[in-house]
Amino acid sequence: MSVIEMRGLRKEFTVRVKVGRLRREKRTITAVDGVDLRVERGEMLGYIGPNGAGKSTTLKMLTGVLMPSAGEARVCGLRPVAERTRLALRIGVVFGQRSQLWWDLPLRDSFDLLRHVYRVPAAEHAARLRRCRSLLDLDEFLDTPVRQLSLGQRMRGELTAALLHGPEVLFLDEPTIGLDVVSKQAVRGFLAELGRAGDTTLVLTTHDLADIERLCRRLVVIDHGRVVHDGSIAALHSRYGSRRLVVAELDSALAEAPVLPGAPVQRVEADGRRLVFALESASVAEVVAGLAGLAALRDISIVEPDIEEVVARLYRAPDDSQVTAVAP
Amino acid sequence: MAEPGLVAERRPGALAAYRALLGAQARSQAAYRTSFVVDLVGNVGATVFDVVTVLVLFGVTRELGGFTLREALVIVGISAFGFATADLLVGNIERLPRYVRTGLLDAVLVRPLGALPQLLLMDLPLRKVSRAVFGLGVLVVAVTSAGLDWTAARLALVVVAPLAAIVFFGSVFVTTATVSFYWIDSGELANSVTYGGRDFTSYPITVYGGWFRAVFAYGIGFAFVSYHPALALLGRADPLGLPAWVGWASPGVALVAAAVAAAAWRVGVRHYRSTGS
Repeated sequence: MSVIEMRGLRKEFTVRVKVGRLRREKRTITAVDGVDLRVERGEMLGYIGPNGAGKSTTLKMLTGVLMPSAGEARVCGLRPVAERTRLALRIGVVFGQRSQLWWDLPLRDSFDLLRHVYRVPAAEHAARLRRCRSLLDLDEFLDTPVRQLSLGQRMRGELTAALLHGPEVLFLDEPTIGLDVVSKQAVRGFLAELGRAGDTTLVLTTHDLADIERLCRRLVVIDHGRVVHDGSIAALHSRYGSRRLVVAELDSALAEAPVLPGAPVQRVEADGRRLVFALESASVAEVVAGLAGLAALRDISIVEPDIEEVVARLYRAPDDSQVTAVAP
Repeated sequence: MAEPGLVAERRPGALAAYRALLGAQARSQAAYRTSFVVDLVGNVGATVFDVVTVLVLFGVTRELGGFTLREALVIVGISAFGFATADLLVGNIERLPRYVRTGLLDAVLVRPLGALPQLLLMDLPLRKVSRAVFGLGVLVVAVTSAGLDWTAARLALVVVAPLAAIVFFGSVFVTTATVSFYWIDSGELANSVTYGGRDFTSYPITVYGGWFRAVFAYGIGFAFVSYHPALALLGRADPLGLPAWVGWASPGVALVAAAVAAAAWRVGVRHYRSTGS
């Protein structure tokens, strides 16, 4: 059985918009528009989309905070809202911009309180805390009040807090937002480690695509409340025509751009001394071999496709053209 | 879709969890020791003011609405103690819009405990303890100096009626706070009912008149908080003509109010979950 199942999940909000001086008009906004997804145990799922695409709303429906307007959700086989407290014992939640920690108390106290809140046996709790302390380097600020922690330190605390009861599923809403590079690395490294162990399912929303590239094999892109891509990052690239590039530096410019089968020239730079080929069906070796016969090569480099660019293109794509999801 | 654990989660260990939350709140407030002591003293002020107002009134008149100072003090005592204690335990729920805005409501909803008790315990204003203690003092002085004709039933009532007043005021706090689930700027309206109720219950309701008395006394039920129990304690007939047993009805009225509050909270949280507002 899938650990997370969504069938036709939908969420509408009614907002009142001012029209004229006194009149207000009700408008319905569909934040999540019929999402069908299954997530298997141990999967690491990246859930991305532009602002307002419905990422956080989906997470709130899966954690029992919001009630779906239509459709169904099951997490660990439970209905999130109806069985909220039972589900809470089995999931961990990190909302990047909200805290589960006690502001005025030392970080250590929050961990101890959560042991009571989640009724975790002392030995289990101690073992998990020990592991987090070493993996996330908590020791130097364990006795500091949370309000005095840096954002990066606090986020490491939040991650620990979400894991002390040994959740089966960990939901992370923007866990690296606003973090410095070092803290981002620490958080990513920790989550990667958690994913490798294989028994925690991870669902991660993010703006930072480096998170996804580092952590998630499966990527779900949502826009205007709908899934526009569901599959691997490689599948995303092949589907939206993003290709690896071969950049060839030449000693001198060629009279005309060379024609290589399966690798059209994408750009000509530096007065013709730098050629950029897009790899369609040709391999790097074929491009190099083909070029070597035509010109003197100074340098060859390969540029991996930029997922950021692909996703940006995806967001700009017209509304209905890419609705059908690719099977994972 | 009923939510389990609205008031108290009946699962072994939930009580220990709530106790831990209370301890955390105490330690959090102790982190600001000086300001805590200042607040503790400053907070008595409001309740002292309520009582002094009544004393001042009796400086210019011998009777108020047909009641002597000693009789009126019993009413004031029940009201002051009941309100101050309810304000201490439940009063901060009026900050619900802030909990929604800062995400505290979402944070407590993803924990395996009831949302309302968590919110109350995590924001319990312990500095208001001083007020409740002062209110208790006024109540004790009032009932010991009123020359009551003590019977077993009245002894029971003198304990139960203030508790019922706490429950009633607490229910009013919760019910009015849930309005902000629908209408975020409802704070003023809520205050007019809660603080208005406190002022209303500080005097014999005979001093009020017309529709205002009808609405506050029997529409909302504030007459049962302090006025009618005081009549029963004093052994006086109601000048407004209600039968004597009404004085003993306050626990029942408080339970009805609590049920209304619980229902309002449930419906409010459900609305929040369907609108996310």
